[in-house]
Amino acid sequence: MTVPAIELKGISKAFGPVQANKDISISVAPGTIHGIIGENGAGKSTLMSILYGFYKADKGEIWINGNKTDIPDSQAAIAAGIGMVFQHFKLVENFTVLENIVLGAEDGGLLAPSLSKARKELKALEEEYELFVDPDKRIDEIGVGMQQRVEILKALYRKAEILILDEPTGVLTPSEADQLFRILDRLRAEGKTIIVITHKLREIMENTDTVSVMRRGQMTATVKTADTSPEELAELMVGRKVLLQVDKVPAQPGKPVLKIEKLSVFDSAGVERVKGIDLTVRAGEIVGIAGVAGNGQSELLEVLGGMRPGQGSIKLNGAPLALSGPGSDGQARRAQHIAHVPEDRQREGLVMDFHAWENVAFGYHRDPAYQSGIFMNNAALRADTERKIEKFDVRPPDAWLTAKSFSGGNQQKIVVAREIERNPDLLLVGQPTRGVDIGAIEFIHKQIVALRDQGKAILLVSVELEEIFSLSDRIAVMFDGHVMGERLPHETDEKELGLLMAGVAGEAA
Amino acid sequence: MEFFITFIQVLDSTIRLATPLLLACLAGLYSERAGIFDIGLEGKMLMAAFFSAAVAAVTGSVWLGLLAGIASSLVLSGLHGLASITFRGNQLISGVAINFLAAGMTVLVAQSWFEQGGRTPSLFGGGRFTPINFPFAESLSGVPIIGPIYSELLSGHSILVYVAFLMVPATWWILYRTRFGLRLRAVGENPAAVDTAGVSVVGLRYAAVAICGVLCGIAGAYLATALQAGFVKDMTAGRGFIALAALIFAKWRPWHAMGACLLFGLLQAIALRFQNIDLGGVVIPVQAMDALPYVLTVVILAGFVGKAVPPRAGGEPYVKER
Repeated sequence: MTVPAIELKGISKAFGPVQANKDISISVAPGTIHGIIGENGAGKSTLMSILYGFYKADKGEIWINGNKTDIPDSQAAIAAGIGMVFQHFKLVENFTVLENIVLGAEDGGLLAPSLSKARKELKALEEEYELFVDPDKRIDEIGVGMQQRVEILKALYRKAEILILDEPTGVLTPSEADQLFRILDRLRAEGKTIIVITHKLREIMENTDTVSVMRRGQMTATVKTADTSPEELAELMVGRKVLLQVDKVPAQPGKPVLKIEKLSVFDSAGVERVKGIDLTVRAGEIVGIAGVAGNGQSELLEVLGGMRPGQGSIKLNGAPLALSGPGSDGQARRAQHIAHVPEDRQREGLVMDFHAWENVAFGYHRDPAYQSGIFMNNAALRADTERKIEKFDVRPPDAWLTAKSFSGGNQQKIVVAREIERNPDLLLVGQPTRGVDIGAIEFIHKQIVALRDQGKAILLVSVELEEIFSLSDRIAVMFDGHVMGERLPHETDEKELGLLMAGVAGEAA
Repeated sequence: MEFFITFIQVLDSTIRLATPLLLACLAGLYSERAGIFDIGLEGKMLMAAFFSAAVAAVTGSVWLGLLAGIASSLVLSGLHGLASITFRGNQLISGVAINFLAAGMTVLVAQSWFEQGGRTPSLFGGGRFTPINFPFAESLSGVPIIGPIYSELLSGHSILVYVAFLMVPATWWILYRTRFGLRLRAVGENPAAVDTAGVSVVGLRYAAVAICGVLCGIAGAYLATALQAGFVKDMTAGRGFIALAALIFAKWRPWHAMGACLLFGLLQAIALRFQNIDLGGVVIPVQAMDALPYVLTVVILAGFVGKAVPPRAGGEPYVKER
């Protein structure tokens, strides 16, 4: 038996009363890809931060290549051959690629020799691993996929033999994610050991050799990927059976609720982002908009939600909506029974430093039920919040916690509860499950379908094709501001949608 | 020719007046490039001005005065560092506190030490920095154009003036050509990147704050021992804030900082030279002229400079996060 590249023995770590990691042991063979899966808050990132010297374990040992190793700081982790690609990249945005790679690994006091040496080595690395980047481009000039390559190159430049990637596909498009895993394959072939932390079952199933499951700070299982199934992993993660497929009856579409005709939207720089699209959403159906991020879907949602002016015609139940000027803001939209779960919950959906009950009021703070003369009736608001928290199973069930102290899934539940509980005629949903764990995904999907079954119209925008397929009754694909075509989910497949998303024209439906 | 002489004299005075601004501006540049906002430049300069003058007056040695000025400024820098780096406090509040501390303490200590109404005794002889005359300055002064430029404008300043202007290329070189500079700029933009690369964020930031202290110390010492002969109450007169304005105007770049400081220096020089301008019957009062540099500061800070993007992590204490 070969010596494991990494072996953790009995790692425990507590933050105050919270036991983030409890007696975790794990062993990863060299030259393999090992997945660590678990819901948000299960302790995956804490464990990896211990391995990278960000936190010190309360108990336990780390063995690297058969040697007991102390990792008090990142310097020690780098020296031990560990490289880490964080979920949020640690790059200096106005530095070039080359400068970012050299930073902290310079050869001497002067920069010039370090840079020219790095340039040469970068070329060699690029050829060896097919990791192409332009060393002289600034980080803010390149896309996220490229930035991630820079992070990987940074680790390789520091002679990392063990590479840890934390939620690497969270910010990537499907094709960028595929590219990433091709690169990781290549690295594995060269003998590197790779640990991928994710909560996406599909990535684990398709790309890893072995997988460990974490739940509530503990390692619940380590299995060979080939011997397991997504259903089994999901159950190990959540601790109960999880429906991976959304259970729903066929839609019973009624009259059109939302009718968009020749809608054009310009961004603040004057670029046309939505180019004269037509789209109809009927009562009792979910229309999913698929597309690679940045093809006009966000702008479409923003116009409908009253966050941005547009040109053309939008009718709600036959009555035209104001697209600019008075009556076109979010307040007016809500008064017209349009609810909006925005794409970025942390920026647009919540005020992170405010309490849950204050967040529940946003957008509906003029509701008479929340008023008491000229004052807010905070007691009523809190009671309402507690009711929503209970109904949507927000955990922990505490209306006094600030939004930022909830996990991503529970933050999203607060937003969804606020919007759905208003019983809107039209629900706009952007990326409802981005960064949300599967237990919460299942719950949020159920709520959306339940709203549909009450005969409401729902417009869903998601970059996750899986989500589009499992929720939508009709799928429209957007590319470069146009609707490339509409399909019924059971009459199409990922391949066809992928082509439409890439702008290869199909026949319009 | 008379106009030319006046012109040269105004420029000469510009250089003298721009020097403390430039030193303070570069001091701020190091600190802010590392992500530590420093509105305490003013206080540090004032403290250094007092201690340099006091020590120079007592010992008769301007060099000891300079060292004392730098040391006192460094103590305040250390305080700022402690508050904003180690204890992750609010950098603006710490800076304001330093300004108040310096404004009050200098006068108090001066009064109890020298009993001259909150000032130090006038400095003379070895207690002041004297002008350095370039070779042949005297004999070349008669040569038209070049003569006055050489002997009036370039020659005849104190050593600190030359130090200040040499600090400009030196700062540029350090910032863009050395490992320290790369890390310094990085820690002001994204300290997490520096931290994960295995470099100490705290160490870098303290280094930057210390350099800031040394430069503010020189600036203060220059005010009290070279530009003037002794310390008087509030003698910095807002120069620390003008230096901050110049820093923003320069968008945190060394050569531009020099340009901005020379511009502010020129305005001060004009105000000093033309106390009353007679515009055909209407006399512009001296107060208006004296206010000119400050008015310009406000105009520039009000956004005349266009979009100035400060170092991205500026003002934010670094907290380790995954």
